[in-house]
Amino acid sequence: MGKPVKRPEQSRSEQAFLPEIAKGLRLTASRFFKNTFSAAEKGDIATVRYPEEQREYPERFRGVHRLTQREDGSPRCVACLCCSTACPAQCIHIEPAEYGDGDPRKGYEKFPKVFVIDELRCIFCGMCVEACPCDAIRMDTGIHMPPALERDAFLLDKEVLLRVPAADGSVKSANPRHEPGDHTYPGIDRDRSGH
Amino acid sequence: MSASLSVGQALMTAAGKSTFILGLVFAIAPLLVWAERRQSAMIQDRVGPHRASIRLFGREWRFLGLLHPFADSLKMVWKEDFVPPGADKILHAFAPWISLAPALLGLAIIPFGPAIYFEHLGDTLMLSPEGVPCVAGLASGVLGCTAAASQLGTELQVATLDAGILVFFAAGGLGVVGAALGGYASNNKYSLLGGMRAAGQMVSYEVTLGLTLVGPLLVFGTLRPEEMVRWQSSSIFTWGFVLQPLAFVLYFVAAMAETKRVPFDVPEGESELVGGYFTEYSGMKFGMFFFAEYVEVIGLAAIAATFFFGGWQIPLLTDAGFVVGQLHLPLSHGWVTALRVGGFVVKVLALIWLQLMVRWSLPRFRYDQIMRLCWRYLLPLSLVNIVITFLVIVWLRS
Ligand code: SF4
Ligand code: SF4
Repeated sequence: MGKPVKRPEQSRSEQAFLPEIAKGLRLTASRFFKNTFSAAEKGDIATVRYPEEQREYPERFRGVHRLTQREDGSPRCVACLCCSTACPAQCIHIEPAEYGDGDPRKGYEKFPKVFVIDELRCIFCGMCVEACPCDAIRMDTGIHMPPALERDAFLLDKEVLLRVPAADGSVKSANPRHEPGDHTYPGIDRDRSGH
Repeated sequence: MSASLSVGQALMTAAGKSTFILGLVFAIAPLLVWAERRQSAMIQDRVGPHRASIRLFGREWRFLGLLHPFADSLKMVWKEDFVPPGADKILHAFAPWISLAPALLGLAIIPFGPAIYFEHLGDTLMLSPEGVPCVAGLASGVLGCTAAASQLGTELQVATLDAGILVFFAAGGLGVVGAALGGYASNNKYSLLGGMRAAGQMVSYEVTLGLTLVGPLLVFGTLRPEEMVRWQSSSIFTWGFVLQPLAFVLYFVAAMAETKRVPFDVPEGESELVGGYFTEYSGMKFGMFFFAEYVEVIGLAAIAATFFFGGWQIPLLTDAGFVVGQLHLPLSHGWVTALRVGGFVVKVLALIWLQLMVRWSLPRFRYDQIMRLCWRYLLPLSLVNIVITFLVIVWLRS
């Protein structure tokens, strides 16, 4: 035996249909007149006329990547490959290299000789930013990748990434770095390592 | 027609009138596509199409998106005309015509203006005490007839027929054939089902449609649309929608169902029937079905204006100009005629606007609900309307 379904209670005016239709028409007509004849305020129209108008992005919008710079302009990246490992789209390509002889960083850190992000394959998940231990890669630029006709235009290399500014114009990171030799340096440096 | 009008002249005026009404339809129909899209956008807080542009005098002109219908029609003309394998090629090609032609034919009986006297465009005309139009002038200080109109006027109506409104119904009845044939000839079960639904719906609603107009016919006592409009001349209180409000509502519902548009659009349904009877149509053949739908919308509005809103009558405007109590603003016959034709067009546009409002306000009915609405509510109500109208008329006469 089937379960009896209770019919919704309907008032006389609802059953008579026409009053309800009139109500509906009044609603749609009020929208129509408001939107058509209040040109100055655009009425309640929610559409953003895209190329001419742009929606303001939220503060934490993940835009095109940038590589943050140190004080001397070199990348903060230490080529640890954390980001390229974390990247689910596998769109980060890094070739690490040693700093040259005489550079105080030699032996402590590597640097990325090649650092390329394929912005077409990127899904803008932000995992690379999460993974980076050095605050070297960020997505706080607020720009989305401008369109281009060739795929190569979407391969951003180290030089480009280093120059892309954050939304506030900075190419650095507000987080301080702790260089070997600083008393805030958390790791083992040459003096204490017993080398 | 007076004998002085030769056959050649008669043909000329008929051609002119047909050109006017066809021009009106062919102008309004693309406008309707635009209005439909923009109006729905306004109702739904969107902007609607407004990007199609044309480069003129070194500037881009968008004309509020009015170019979109033209772009659309160009697209339709150039699209491939696909005939499905196994389709009945001849019927498949004919169905859109059979849909469109009756819709246009129905418009022939619509009076879009009063009788026009080409010789007297500059004169002020009025009705003589005997009810014959004459040239008005000040005879001994009183406005009166000074000369008889030199000849009979030309009705601004393509076909002045005794059968009048019956022609409209007959033409409307043919529209069913187009839809059903389109569905049958496509060799596609969705098309066939859609065609059958369209036929069932249209045949049912035609009964109601005819009966709802019997009430006004009883009131006006004539089948000729031009006579009906004259009947409604004395004031706004003799307009059809005041005397026959129920008939107006019933007619509007039934006629909307005849046009097969939302909320009565079951002949097509993406989730169940794909595109209904025009699933297998493309290019301009589809365009003709599409066009026929809009012509029907215009026809519905024109008939409603004629029956219920005084046709080309404008309140307070008489043959001799505006008359408010003792005040009299004389206008020449040419101006009066132009105003009246304009008034008719405005009424038609307003009724079309109302149809579009309904179309974008209501969800669609189920097929059984459509049939129930027709046979169990609209039809009995229209019969009740006829009986009441009949009794009132008999009571008033006795
Ligand atoms: S945002 Fe995600 S997909 Fe894009 S580079 Fe970073 S980790 Fe890879
Ligand atoms: S960007 Fe960060 S995570 Fe990626 S290689 Fe450089 S330091 Fe490592």
